[in-house]
Amino acid sequence: MTTIHREIHTDAEGFLTEYDEWTDDLAVQLAAGIGIELSDEHWKAIRFLREDYPTHGETATLRRVSTLAGIPVKQLFALFPGKPAKKMAYVAGLPKPRGCV
Amino acid sequence: MKRLVILGGGTAGTVVANKLRRRLVLEDWRITVIDRVPDHLYQPGLLFVPFGGREDLLKPRRRLLRAGIELLIGEVAAVDPERKSVKLLDGDVVCYDYLVIATGTSSRPDQTPGMLGAEWRHSIHDFYTYDGAFALRDALQGFTGGRLVVHVVEQPIKCPVAPLEFTFLAEAFFRWREMRDQVEIVYVTPLDGAFTKPIASRYLGRLLDERKITVETDFLVERVDADRKTLVSYDEREIGYDLLVTVPLNMGADFIGASGLGDELNYVPVDKHTLQSRAHPDIFAIGDANDLPTSKAGSVAHFSSEIFVENFFQYVEGLAMTHRFDGHANCFVETGDGKGLLIDFNYDTEPLPGRFPFGRLGPLSLLHETKANHWGKLAFRWIYWNLLVKGRWLPIPSRMSMSGKHRPDEEVRP
Ligand SMILES: Cc1cc2nc3c(=O)[nH]c(=O)nc-3n(C[C@H](O)[C@H](O)[C@H](O)COP(=O)(O)OP(=O)(O)OC[C@H]3O[C@@H](n4cnc5c(N)ncnc54)[C@H](O)[C@@H]3O)c2cc1C
Repeated sequence: MTTIHREIHTDAEGFLTEYDEWTDDLAVQLAAGIGIELSDEHWKAIRFLREDYPTHGETATLRRVSTLAGIPVKQLFALFPGKPAKKMAYVAGLPKPRGCV
Repeated sequence: MKRLVILGGGTAGTVVANKLRRRLVLEDWRITVIDRVPDHLYQPGLLFVPFGGREDLLKPRRRLLRAGIELLIGEVAAVDPERKSVKLLDGDVVCYDYLVIATGTSSRPDQTPGMLGAEWRHSIHDFYTYDGAFALRDALQGFTGGRLVVHVVEQPIKCPVAPLEFTFLAEAFFRWREMRDQVEIVYVTPLDGAFTKPIASRYLGRLLDERKITVETDFLVERVDADRKTLVSYDEREIGYDLLVTVPLNMGADFIGASGLGDELNYVPVDKHTLQSRAHPDIFAIGDANDLPTSKAGSVAHFSSEIFVENFFQYVEGLAMTHRFDGHANCFVETGDGKGLLIDFNYDTEPLPGRFPFGRLGPLSLLHETKANHWGKLAFRWIYWNLLVKGRWLPIPSRMSMSGKHRPDEEVRP
């Protein structure tokens, strides 16, 4: 059996550092690790983040997800409780959202 | 004759217009600046207005722009990048060969439910606008005690340190009025700490702590319940206030969104090294109006304008643009009692402690409270009006330097 840690590169907080090392299976495991079982709604947000990142060059903010993917911020809080921006990025295998200097 | 049109005659628009007018031949280039209002506002001065400062806030744009620059007063309603034209609200159409968007960012209290209403400018205030800063001055004068909540709706905002500075100044203000024990001060932020970058966040967090200012982090406001004087977050936390000083959502100009040139906050996506629009090569966006991953600040508007101007000459000659903006930002942070600190950073290097701008000679100190830094901040007003917006030389290079900086865990020799 392989553990996820052998296959992926992460930063000190566990965020993936290589875009291409992410897979759907990995997302399921990462989500389970923070107590989230992925539903279709979760996947909609995650797919948007994955697709947006290569062209936009930054992890999408909650506002960007809500405006462009049409998922209200309130719902993002329900899907990824506590710190939705961070949790979404973590599961989607993207860098931790930059706090904007 | 070629025509360059600059939308917005604030910090960036004025610097760019003045620098280019000096070097573009008058007979070959027509330069037009369009702004909705005739006066230029020195926005860093707004921070001091609530505490009584009011000098040199406004100057006529015409006087700040060199001769040979055309100034149009009017509201931009739309840009048509295919036809290369700008439409004003009054119906006029202005055509361009090259366009610079420098319309900045502004406060949008209308974007948070409950913020605008009967309590706006009574128990709910802002200091990011001229009228707001003056209304807040009256509110502070009349404040008899209770809970003051300083609040940021969402990042990015222009001058991201300004709400912290306001908090420090308010704390000192109440102390000087001998009523500090009657005022509870709470700083409410959507970030997970006092500031965005870890080292500066630690320093600033410590200053808040010393001043007995409570920090409420990760608070993303959903609405203001003005009747109950309460902020309500998306995760249903509530924070009550007697006096709320908020920094509303900051957004780029509406015409940018309406013309299909903006992102979700009406900022123009640009190449982060050249400021060229990613969608239309003849459009550049300078200053707060673009989506650069650095602070929205006057210093950034200034440093990036220098890079843009050098590149512009190459671009109009059909050459490759070789100058690259590094995200350099430099901000004074007022901390109250006539002191301040200074931060200096770029895309890759977070604010570090040390000395500035002449290496170990200083005379200013980075991430460390001194009186000299406070005087630096006040001197900045003179520099702004007389050197910066005029496009004259400044003693700070547009690229960030590591000279004088050190990581906190590194040994420093005196
Ligand atoms: C309270 C406060 C304190 C600050 N302190 C500091 C500081 O200490 N140091 C620092 O470096 N920066 C500071 N800043 C930030 C600084 O003022 C801005 O970052 C800087 O002015 C940005 O320049 P700009 O040219 O991009 O935008 P602006 O200077 O805001 O100019 C934009 C211009 O566009 C015009 N405009 C907008 N929309 C339209 C339209 N549709 N049609 C026509 N005209 C339009 C506006 O009238 C305005 O003149 C502070 C800001 C605030 C609010």
